[in-house]
Amino acid sequence: MSTLVLGWSLVIAQVMLALAMAAAAFRIIRGPRAQDRVLGLDTLYVNAMLLLLTFGIRSGSTLYFEAALVIAMIGFVTTVALSKFLMRGEVIE
Amino acid sequence: MIASPDLPAWAALLTALFVLLGAGLTLTGSLGLLRLRQFYERVHAPTLGTTLGTVFVLIASIICFSVLQTRPVVHEILIAVFITVTTPVSLILLVRAALFRDRVEGNARNFEWRAPSSERNVTSAPTEDRSS
Repeated sequence: MSTLVLGWSLVIAQVMLALAMAAAAFRIIRGPRAQDRVLGLDTLYVNAMLLLLTFGIRSGSTLYFEAALVIAMIGFVTTVALSKFLMRGEVIE
Repeated sequence: MIASPDLPAWAALLTALFVLLGAGLTLTGSLGLLRLRQFYERVHAPTLGTTLGTVFVLIASIICFSVLQTRPVVHEILIAVFITVTTPVSLILLVRAALFRDRVEGNARNFEWRAPSSERNVTSAPTEDRSS
């Protein structure tokens, strides 16, 4: 019974996170200006990281945790590089 | 048949609760990103997902793996610390870039801080000159 509850709540959580990723992707496509698109990308990778963590809980393996950690680190570098590009017009000064 | 790990009842219910809480908060933040009107309002919304949403999902993961492996598994704290440290840094850089772009184009005055109406001159119209 409790296993069934856990399975269904994982399904609902994954649907919610997929909807959140869709909202962020819509902001990337639609965003009026470049900073909106960067913010949408920032949100998109955080949501993707949480979705990977729920996949890890479902499958019971810790491989997904390492993928989530890598996504978190690469996403931070991406946002900082894009912000520097918006500020200066070049990434490495 | 829906695949899910074989946990005892209390751990399964706690994991389900925390996963649902985290996913719901993240969805709320992303909907805020979708619906708010200005960029400077939209910056606030996704941080709901990066703070509370991430923490709740990570707590669920810690409970699940600690019960599965019958030992404390706390390496998820790495992600929590990393996200907590990096999100303010990247968003401050992003907002400074956005403010710089708005100032270059000359429409930053719509977004800058404005004193409450009690402190302002009563006769000043909303289109007051703030060229200082």
